[in-house]
Amino acid sequence: MQKPILWEDIILDRAASIATKGKQKNKIRCDTDSVAGAVSQRACVYCGARVVLNPVTDAIHLVHGPIGCASYTWDIRGSLSSGAELYRNSFSTDLKEQDVIFGGEKRLARAIDELVKKHPAKVVFVYSTCIVGVIGDDLEAVCKAAASRHNIEVIPVQSSGFIGNKAAGYRAACDALLRLIKPNKPMKRTKKPVINYLGDFNLAGELWIIEDYLKQMGVTVNVAFTGDSSYQRLKKTTSAALNIIQCAGSMMYLAQQLKEQYGIPYFNVSFLGLQDTSDSLRKIAAYFQDEQMQARAEALIKRETERIMPELAWYREKLKGKKAAIYVGGGFKAISLIKQFKEIGIDVVMIGTQTGRREEYETINELVNEGTVILDDASPSELEKFMTEKGTHLLVGGVKERPLAYKLGIAFIDHSHDRKHPLSGFVGAVNLAKEVYATLCSPVWNYL
Amino acid sequence: MLDCTPKEIKERTGGVINPAKTCQPIGAMYAALGIHRCLPHSHGSQGCCSYHRMHLSRHFRDPIMASSSSFTEGSSVFGGGANLKTAIKNVFAIYNPDVMAVHTTCLSETIGDDLPTIIKGAEIPEGKVVIHANTPSYQGSHITGFSNMVKGMVNYLSTASLETKKEQVNIIPGFVNPGDMREIKRILKVMGIKFIMFPDTSGVVDSPMTGKYEMFPKGGTTLAELRDTGNSKVTIALGSYASGDAAYQLERKCQVQPLIIKTPIGIKASDEFLMALMNKFTVDIPPELAEERGQLVDIMTDTHFHFHGKKVAIFGDPDIVIAMTEFLLSLGMKPIHVLTGTPATGGAIGHTVGNFEQEVGEMLKQAGVAGRVKAAGDLFELHQWIKNEPVDLLIGNTYGKYIAKAEDIPFVRLGFPILDRSVHSYLPVVGYKGAMRLLEMISNALLDRADRDAKDQDFELVM
Repeated sequence: MQKPILWEDIILDRAASIATKGKQKNKIRCDTDSVAGAVSQRACVYCGARVVLNPVTDAIHLVHGPIGCASYTWDIRGSLSSGAELYRNSFSTDLKEQDVIFGGEKRLARAIDELVKKHPAKVVFVYSTCIVGVIGDDLEAVCKAAASRHNIEVIPVQSSGFIGNKAAGYRAACDALLRLIKPNKPMKRTKKPVINYLGDFNLAGELWIIEDYLKQMGVTVNVAFTGDSSYQRLKKTTSAALNIIQCAGSMMYLAQQLKEQYGIPYFNVSFLGLQDTSDSLRKIAAYFQDEQMQARAEALIKRETERIMPELAWYREKLKGKKAAIYVGGGFKAISLIKQFKEIGIDVVMIGTQTGRREEYETINELVNEGTVILDDASPSELEKFMTEKGTHLLVGGVKERPLAYKLGIAFIDHSHDRKHPLSGFVGAVNLAKEVYATLCSPVWNYL
Repeated sequence: MLDCTPKEIKERTGGVINPAKTCQPIGAMYAALGIHRCLPHSHGSQGCCSYHRMHLSRHFRDPIMASSSSFTEGSSVFGGGANLKTAIKNVFAIYNPDVMAVHTTCLSETIGDDLPTIIKGAEIPEGKVVIHANTPSYQGSHITGFSNMVKGMVNYLSTASLETKKEQVNIIPGFVNPGDMREIKRILKVMGIKFIMFPDTSGVVDSPMTGKYEMFPKGGTTLAELRDTGNSKVTIALGSYASGDAAYQLERKCQVQPLIIKTPIGIKASDEFLMALMNKFTVDIPPELAEERGQLVDIMTDTHFHFHGKKVAIFGDPDIVIAMTEFLLSLGMKPIHVLTGTPATGGAIGHTVGNFEQEVGEMLKQAGVAGRVKAAGDLFELHQWIKNEPVDLLIGNTYGKYIAKAEDIPFVRLGFPILDRSVHSYLPVVGYKGAMRLLEMISNALLDRADRDAKDQDFELVM
């Protein structure tokens, strides 16, 4: 007889990655490797790099490796473009056995040549995958030669899957971006309220919503990283007066580098939910010390708040007392969601991330109620256990969590790059409430 | 408009643009899900496993469970043996499956991990089984991976334990939806033939909603059944690419007679499937199936003028495309562009099974249709063909929607993956019932289009 699975045994191994607010003194363990044999929800370095760079709309994104890596990332980001659509194609060197034995450099060079002839792009990102790291192709050299052959920029992205987890991929992407935005001659930083917006990928057009608010305040978005961005716009990066960061997990490193190398100051913002959106707009206006701008910000916040409050109040009434579980990629989103759920009367009883950082977990711990389970790099079994224990009504997660929630008879909303509704800004706050209501209060649950 | 494809065709040798295939491990993972209480395991870094689960989740809209060896830099330098041994221990301790089906990735293949040796040296709890398949991503496609894992099931589990073979048939259904597998099983039950179908993902990736989550749902071929495949009289492999290798391996290992036929899509291939069963077992075609066939022919007669002469482009997995091309020809349609991403000849190791270009080329020739056929092609090329010679209908997986939109062509979704529609995995395209469904899908696409394009004076109530 196989001995029954004891949750205590599993928890023993994973204990340091799971905490219950109010019960533990030790800090949660995060940013470690997963246990071999675990059903992890995590992805790889290449995945991290690709999701960050993919929204550069007029670039050729060439994946150097066997076909899979390119296949699975073909246009899954849902980042909208106001212009070029080149980024929505899938380019791969489709390495074969021969290339693995003799090296894939020639094939890569040929692929770049052929692609550049077909598509007049100014920049090619070449992603390395696991196998390229192992067979040791000199990406740097191939890219350099191709760049001079075609007189464009060909930038290697060092994203072999096994060199870390998704967060290492974010860093690889930021390194590639830093190479791209390096100006030929020093650029003069503007004194005007012109900013870069880091960590928005224009899912469902979210960037455009925020850009519009800022415009109403008199602030211009210089470059967004990387939502709806292009070669020409990225080249202007270093002229901005300020960087604001939404998704800190992916973009903090870039912000730090931009400060170090070009002296551009930065701070974090969040445009998820009523409170965070208002706070962030105020913070930006305060930074520029322009009274008129602050007045415009206040007017905008007042107008938008008054417009959405009746709607939010209606949803709040319907959703009061429901319990939610959150399992998302990064910490920033998790933190914003706790606040957003408070706005619509929902308690968070379980919260976890794939790649959250220590300081983010500290903030999470401050925000949640006593007894809330906090966990890093969870497996589906853990999600199931805690959601069931806590009597969860709703799960917020990504693609792989959706069917799990449904099978448990739990409502679900998608907060990954699969989502189709903008969740940013005032309009996003209503959309989230609407989406939560649609799933939580759907008649389908009556047929269980 | 999302259209970056130039009309002018030039030869390319550097790689693929918009692939019509994906890599081996996902096929292996899908096949492994067709074993009862099996946890597929990906021996490589986490990304692969995560992508495969995500992709399968999107297609089936059901939880897809699989574990990973979670390679780090250390494992790729010193080998993944330690990771796999730890993984085997953890998987049985934590998830307690009956079978753990390990497949390799490009990374573990390249660093040369010797799986049989690692598995032999691992601690496996009594009564539990670990099987494996080599699935390097730089060879073949997801179809090759499916085929290799099915072959792995035979290698590890099939046993000829009886002196005389049983009056039962092994059915290898190929890389098809659980809805198709259910339909094939129904046909066999109606015919009254004892069978073992492997793999069988029905009940696993289309499991019913109960409000309780089961990590290992009810479905799947059991270990006992898999072992018993060595005692069957005959193996019918549906689709040479996905199923042929395993059938030949069963012949080599257990002397079970192999029979490789088409995936039963369309009237002719379904007929052949029933005839094959009739020939091997002394049964008649039951009235129920004869009636279905009659209905199908009735529908084909009623609607043939909708289809006649219409030009079609079709792409996808070789077994599906070969059978579907045959069905299109039987409807009087002209499949003028036929493409698969999988390399021309299947079977990674040992036997060569299938020859896509030759097989489809022959069918077109016999029907007097001038068309282009290509294996190991990509959708960029298919798009170029269509730009140069337009079609009335496009058939393929979800990725075809870019071409369909750019060229404004009616589009029927068939194959894997379908990421933007639901229900498809529950409803069959195989057998006579499946053929009826295909007819409905195709004629709806064509007639909706005719309605949409009709000027007011040409708009008709009855079509």
